[in-house]
Amino acid sequence: MKRVIVDIVFVLVCFVLQCTVFQSWAMADISPNLLIVVVSSVGFMRGKTEGMLMGFFSGLLIDICYGDMLGFYALIYMYIGYVNGFFQSIFYEEDLKLPMILITVSDFVYGLIIYVFLFLLRNRTDFFYYLLHVIIPELVYTVVVTIVLYRLILLVYRKLDTSEKRSAGRNAD
Amino acid sequence: MKKRTKMSFPSKYLLLVFTVFCLGLMLVTFTTKIMPEPLKLVAGYTIIPMQNGINRVGQWFNDKADEFESLKTTQKENKKLQEQVDELTIENNQLRQDRFELDRLRELYGLDQKYPSYNKIAARINGKDSGNWFSTFMIDKGSKDGIAVDMNVIAGSGLVGRIVNVGPNWATVRSIIDDAHNVSAMDLATQDMCIISGSLELMEDNLIQMSQLMDTDNNVQPGDQIVTSHISDKYLQGILIGYVTEVRDDANKLTKSGYISPAVDFEHLEEVLVITNLKE
Repeated sequence: MKRVIVDIVFVLVCFVLQCTVFQSWAMADISPNLLIVVVSSVGFMRGKTEGMLMGFFSGLLIDICYGDMLGFYALIYMYIGYVNGFFQSIFYEEDLKLPMILITVSDFVYGLIIYVFLFLLRNRTDFFYYLLHVIIPELVYTVVVTIVLYRLILLVYRKLDTSEKRSAGRNAD
Repeated sequence: MKKRTKMSFPSKYLLLVFTVFCLGLMLVTFTTKIMPEPLKLVAGYTIIPMQNGINRVGQWFNDKADEFESLKTTQKENKKLQEQVDELTIENNQLRQDRFELDRLRELYGLDQKYPSYNKIAARINGKDSGNWFSTFMIDKGSKDGIAVDMNVIAGSGLVGRIVNVGPNWATVRSIIDDAHNVSAMDLATQDMCIISGSLELMEDNLIQMSQLMDTDNNVQPGDQIVTSHISDKYLQGILIGYVTEVRDDANKLTKSGYISPAVDFEHLEEVLVITNLKE
């Protein structure tokens, strides 16, 4: 129960920050993608199911507020969370390399998907322009934010784990 | 029989169920263009209060920062503005005389005012699109305040966009610089029709694409005002969009295309006006 509340709070706070504060801190009109960081972190920390659900609800929030049709972003974020779940078995908390690589790849793939489905299909063919002006800058900014945000997520989930273990132990007695 | 716990339910089946659900939702909302009301309500009572809170804090910091701005520039500006006021007062007096005359003449001819004054609602922008691909934003007024889909949104004297989605206490506006946005427009001076479409590539230079301009007499000049046309089914006629910066011939030699610079400063937009009259 506690975990569900924490998950909801993370999604809501990141979404709101992404739409307000980070839009005014945008560099060259580009703002970081906090939701990708959260969804993919939960994916490789907690596994496929949780990553998937987290992705689904984050995406749905974007769909409701800014999307043209319901379910599009939900689908993308859901698969990102799910695929990140495959890496749970090789994830170690001390190792910062894997999370960084996974989040970077996730954001890149996200950018590619958005380009192909929402721009290429409308005959916007200049891929390199979008790569250099949107996808790569967003990636760099997101990675910078990840350095801080990832540690925060890790800290909160570690606290949650220990408190859950403690209460489980008490129940067993 | 082995009892199945919640954890052992394979996630790939769950993924399949959710995928089908998402695809279904996409199909339904794409064909009907209707968003389910309960979901909007959820967004209205979770996201909006948080966004408003953050904006209020941001506003407070901005105000504090502004106070520190040197008094000198303000004084200098004040002096300049005072001169401008004098100048404009003289000009205004002349114009008012003309106006009285025009009204009188119109009355004589029994003409209606060409552009009736519209009812407007002021709204504050409290959030922008989470991604970097599109230019939609959220305002703090919704269906409770009488806002409906397709209402035109302006700021200052220029067109900002139109309402695309409405919740109880929020609404989303798609701006004219958005990559997926087209407006039917015309040159105010020559009445030549054209299509104005936003483009992510041109956003950096603060320009909008103008295409299919039917200007056989070569009358359209850079600097001309471009306004919304009478054939647009969503936009009220005669709202200023921007000024022509460049015109050139298309390859087919029949139409022209070019760029216009928008009348609204989209970078620093904070408040907008929603025109509650819908085009019939």
